[in-house]
Amino acid sequence: MAEERRFLSASGVPIALRRRQHSASCRELAVRGPRLQLRSLSAATSAVWLAAYGLFALSENSMVLSAAIFITLIGLIIYLHFVKIDQESLLVIGSLGIQVTSSYASGKESTTFIEMGQVKDVVINEAIHMQKVIYYLCILLQDPEDPQGVSEVVPLFQSSKPRLDCLIEVYKSCQEILEQRKTGPQSS
Amino acid sequence: MVLKVFFPSCCSSADSGILIGRWISEQNSAVVLAVVHFPFIPVQVKQYLGEIQRVTKVSVSVLGSWSNSKQEKEESLSEFLEDLGTIFCHEPWIQISKEGDSKFWSCSTLQKHTKNPQEEEIILVYYDQRKVMLSHLHPPLDTTGQRAEDASKLSAIFDTVARSQVLFMTDRYDEGPIKLTHWQSDGVEASIIVELLKQASVPACMLLTFLLSLVSGICRSRVLKFWPLSFLWSKLSTCEQLGHRLQHLQAISSNKKAQNQNQLMRKANIFVSLLIDVALGILLMSWLYRRNRIGHLADTLIPVADHVAEELQDLLQWLMGAPAGLKMNRALDQVLGRFFLYHIHLWISYIHLLSPFIEMILWYVGLSACLGLTVALCILSDIIALLTFHIYCFYVYGARLYCLKIYGLSSLWRLFRGKKWNVLRQRVDSCSYDLDQLFIGTLLFTILLFLLPTTALYYLVFTLLRLLVVIVQGLIHLLVDLIDSLPLYSLILRLCRSYRLAAGVKFRVLEQQDGKPLRLLMQINPLSYGGVVQTYRLPTYSCYPRDSWASLCKKLFLGELIYPWKHKGDKQN
Repeated sequence: MAEERRFLSASGVPIALRRRQHSASCRELAVRGPRLQLRSLSAATSAVWLAAYGLFALSENSMVLSAAIFITLIGLIIYLHFVKIDQESLLVIGSLGIQVTSSYASGKESTTFIEMGQVKDVVINEAIHMQKVIYYLCILLQDPEDPQGVSEVVPLFQSSKPRLDCLIEVYKSCQEILEQRKTGPQSS
Repeated sequence: MVLKVFFPSCCSSADSGILIGRWISEQNSAVVLAVVHFPFIPVQVKQYLGEIQRVTKVSVSVLGSWSNSKQEKEESLSEFLEDLGTIFCHEPWIQISKEGDSKFWSCSTLQKHTKNPQEEEIILVYYDQRKVMLSHLHPPLDTTGQRAEDASKLSAIFDTVARSQVLFMTDRYDEGPIKLTHWQSDGVEASIIVELLKQASVPACMLLTFLLSLVSGICRSRVLKFWPLSFLWSKLSTCEQLGHRLQHLQAISSNKKAQNQNQLMRKANIFVSLLIDVALGILLMSWLYRRNRIGHLADTLIPVADHVAEELQDLLQWLMGAPAGLKMNRALDQVLGRFFLYHIHLWISYIHLLSPFIEMILWYVGLSACLGLTVALCILSDIIALLTFHIYCFYVYGARLYCLKIYGLSSLWRLFRGKKWNVLRQRVDSCSYDLDQLFIGTLLFTILLFLLPTTALYYLVFTLLRLLVVIVQGLIHLLVDLIDSLPLYSLILRLCRSYRLAAGVKFRVLEQQDGKPLRLLMQINPLSYGGVVQTYRLPTYSCYPRDSWASLCKKLFLGELIYPWKHKGDKQN
């Protein structure tokens, strides 16, 4: 079953949270940011080409125009493939682990899987980001030597930066599954 | 608890039979390795499994039953499969059944010996057996000293499949009593070229080892150990690079088989790096000799050296005048300027003496580019060092003079203030000087102080020239190190067979149906290119930088000689 709700990100951009329950111990939570707008793309391209035409008018060198086209293409490819993140999703499979995926606008997906044995807890933290204080969700990893210690903090949803109401929904869903692993071994 | 069954995707269309694999009780997961088909004799199956266990040290056992019925469910078959659970007692007994071509299978477990049997959730994870067997899991680099029981769950699964290679050697054309289905059951794959190369590599390695022992014997002979020659060998970077490559050749031609994955990758990286190096070197050589470019190069070498010497002479004339409007001490200026001018004159005469032989020397030296591009670059760096030897000499003279002056000044300054350096206690103590000591000391101090600008200017100019040459040489060495240490085989492997270098796994959720177990697909997450380079970098013989910026500046100020690029074999001074 899937449901989608609209929220706002920390910078005011509308984002959408989609929750899917695949089974009793498997949930997928995906935060989708806004797609690349045609008008911002056209604005950037026009600005670059106007500057190139200006330089061409000054220098009479046609290499400037071809260089501008080249730079626009390469810049667009780099932006779509390495910078613009469309969707960030969290797949929680109780007893296996947590998988964090970022999908870029060009279709590339970068995935990290953290095994359940390494996950200590999923918490909401506060952070100072530029001039704001924002909330973010993070996974605390267990320190192998020290049972009470935390070896690493993995922040989630870094590019879409949802606000606290969205984070609370995600937090509640994750905790329902994480609790199962605490109660599971005792009942068998 | 949740039961996880790792099922190979190649067995999805296998006929009915029993599942064999490994049961990992700590993780409540079953890794299915193959399906054994009917008819079979249980005793023979147990015997076969015992043999496999002995050879691979993996505890393979019968995990459950698999029924693939093309038509409707057969009641007798399901009862028969349940009875099998009593023959091969395994706790829990897993039953998977597939109807027709449906994607959604039903899974159930039979637990006989637990006190409170409960309906536990089953997760079915499909994995590509061939890829998991061939891949090598790279643990994250910051974990050190993980104990066995903390080992990640996934590495246990990868380990199980990788060590069961002998199980995958029996295909369905074998005449044995057991009929298996796994990824290789349609026939073991082999390549003629690989087999031929393996056969040919043994005598080739032996020949190479013999040749290398000859070469290293010659290198280590006493003749080459006399003082001038040994000093020369240690200063030329070409000899270092050749020694480094010799070590590499010895590493790949040794008879010992690689023990683990790291050593195998290291050998392969060294081999591919050598091959590419030699190929690029031969390409360079063919380009140099094609239209007698090397002759043209030799012809331009003498005029370039002449030009450099003329520029230096102009520079010295400028220093001997009033450089940048500064007023120099005329006498000292003339002395130093004439001294350096005479030096340049000597250098130019030597270069002109050598000029008829330059072309021949360069022609033969250029032939050694076939040993590799790195050797050619090292030769270039050495030629630059030899051609700018006079700049190095000037730098040493200027630095020594300046250093002497600074030490003299500091000692006389202490005398001027009535203090003395106590060598025993390594500190400055007050001291009462006689009047004539003070008089002469103050006089000398004044002389040295007013001569300081002249010496300092010469020192500055020659240090800058020397730094320029050092930077050019450093860039060449950086390039050589890059070619030496880049793990090309690992990068090509990451490009073409990315599943072999795994950083982890990723799961994809497949179509679900209510009431059926959760279906996941486990794929291999390959290591990033940066991770590949970091893990498999070949060690090189130089480490930079030797000094931090602060100590470099301090040495420059005091006039101590600087050697920015250090080699690992150098003793600390």
